[in-house]
Amino acid sequence: MLLKLLWSYFRIGVMNELAYRANFLVQMFQSLFSLGTSLAGLAVVFSQTSNLAGWRPAELVAVLGVYTLMGGVINLVIQPSMQRLMEDVRLGTLDFSLTKPVDSQVLESVQQVQIWRLADVAMGIVLLVLALGNLGTQVGPGEALVFGLMLLCGAAIVYSFWLMLATCSFWFVKVDNILVIFQTMYEAGRWPVTIYPGWLRFTLTFLVPVAFAITVPAEAVSGRLGWGTLVGAVALAAALVAFSRWFWLTGVRHYSGASA
Amino acid sequence: MRHLFEIYRAQLKVTTATQLQYRVALVIWMIGIVLEPVIYLVVWATVARSKGGDVGGYNARSFAAYFLVLMLVNHLTQTWVFFEFEMRIRQGTLSPLLLKPVHPVHADVAQNVTFKLLMLVVLVPVMVVLALVFRPVIHPQWWGLALFAPTVLLAGVLRFLVEWTLGLAGFWSTRVSALNQIYYVALLFFSGQVAPLSLFPHFFQVIASVLPFRWTVSYPVELLLGRLSGRDALLGLAAQAGWILLSLVLLRVIWRAGLRKYSAVGA
Repeated sequence: MLLKLLWSYFRIGVMNELAYRANFLVQMFQSLFSLGTSLAGLAVVFSQTSNLAGWRPAELVAVLGVYTLMGGVINLVIQPSMQRLMEDVRLGTLDFSLTKPVDSQVLESVQQVQIWRLADVAMGIVLLVLALGNLGTQVGPGEALVFGLMLLCGAAIVYSFWLMLATCSFWFVKVDNILVIFQTMYEAGRWPVTIYPGWLRFTLTFLVPVAFAITVPAEAVSGRLGWGTLVGAVALAAALVAFSRWFWLTGVRHYSGASA
Repeated sequence: MRHLFEIYRAQLKVTTATQLQYRVALVIWMIGIVLEPVIYLVVWATVARSKGGDVGGYNARSFAAYFLVLMLVNHLTQTWVFFEFEMRIRQGTLSPLLLKPVHPVHADVAQNVTFKLLMLVVLVPVMVVLALVFRPVIHPQWWGLALFAPTVLLAGVLRFLVEWTLGLAGFWSTRVSALNQIYYVALLFFSGQVAPLSLFPHFFQVIASVLPFRWTVSYPVELLLGRLSGRDALLGLAAQAGWILLSLVLLRVIWRAGLRKYSAVGA
């Protein structure tokens, strides 16, 4: 059901984007360019040292891989759909989703797909594969499974975070500024949050969940993930998914349409 | 001259009134200004500590000084005309500006200066807090202190002229975003925002000294930190002056050529 919906929106996204093929090239160029910039930044740092607070170069490339991959997923469907959701609440077009026979949260969450962001997802995977090849033999099927689980939890946490913020628009009509703040803070995830001082690490872990989205999966793949963090990430993901669901339902009950 | 002064005063009032309508946007701008230097500050301070306290003559606290002063200088010299120009030309909003009896560059200058002054009200307290957290130290010479303000001013003028001139590329292509992105990456590395230029290989430093970027940001920073010899400081002033003259000439020539080319999309 969810997959079929996602597939339909994906197809619409493809059709929309194919009308602007030159744009695709521009976007590809920008993605590759910003990736190159990040790698050059890493190169500058590692021209002076061989490890950064215990992280070796290949491990930081893995962090960058997760950053790119997760950023790709966010920009592919989470962010555009949530921005559209806030717009729907403001304009009253949310009515159209609420009256459809599908769960409105699902419908609203996959309604916009920016397909060229798949390029970021692909580049993130390539970076990860390269980094893992460089790290050697530490990654067995067990680690791969834990890594996948942590990625999933990270995505779930980011999604719930965005959904909660977007749901706030039922009460406060203009909340998109907060989302811009999230986008800016996401930049900080190019480096493992463990290097930041306590107050910034706290912000990046609990106020803006960059740590769980990027650093924790990267820890899983570089074999430095403790059981405590693993269980914590799963618990937090489950709790946030449940809470954001409840919050969404409360918000919808509060919604009275914009023009009706 | 008096005429121009009146125009600037009017523009200052307009910009202040406009910006005060977007107070949340000021906070977002602030995060944008503060975050990146803080990230590199932390990264380099970590490197310094892992190397036993010193990297290329910088320890954790002098890195703190470098990136905090850089944050200030980058803010004081930055412009966003490059972003705006593409839109102005593509959507034809340049046309009403051309009808005014003064060169459009004056409105941009006034707007730029006002925004920076307004942002300082937010930025300075944040910088004070950051200084208390990271505890920067500097060892300036007296002439470094004296030259800091004038060189920041020249850096601002230079950066404004360069970015305004580059923005004019919009007259010939309505898609300058790629050029824009290349410019910002070059600025990031060559103006010392990723790391102090002295940490880069020698050939990179030579290129950085020939290009304008270094003179728009990192030169005043190094001056205030006391990392330049008297000779380098004078060379820097000469480089700033030379680039400013060159950009002024280019701006005039390209502006004239561009206006002939301009046909106001949508009009």
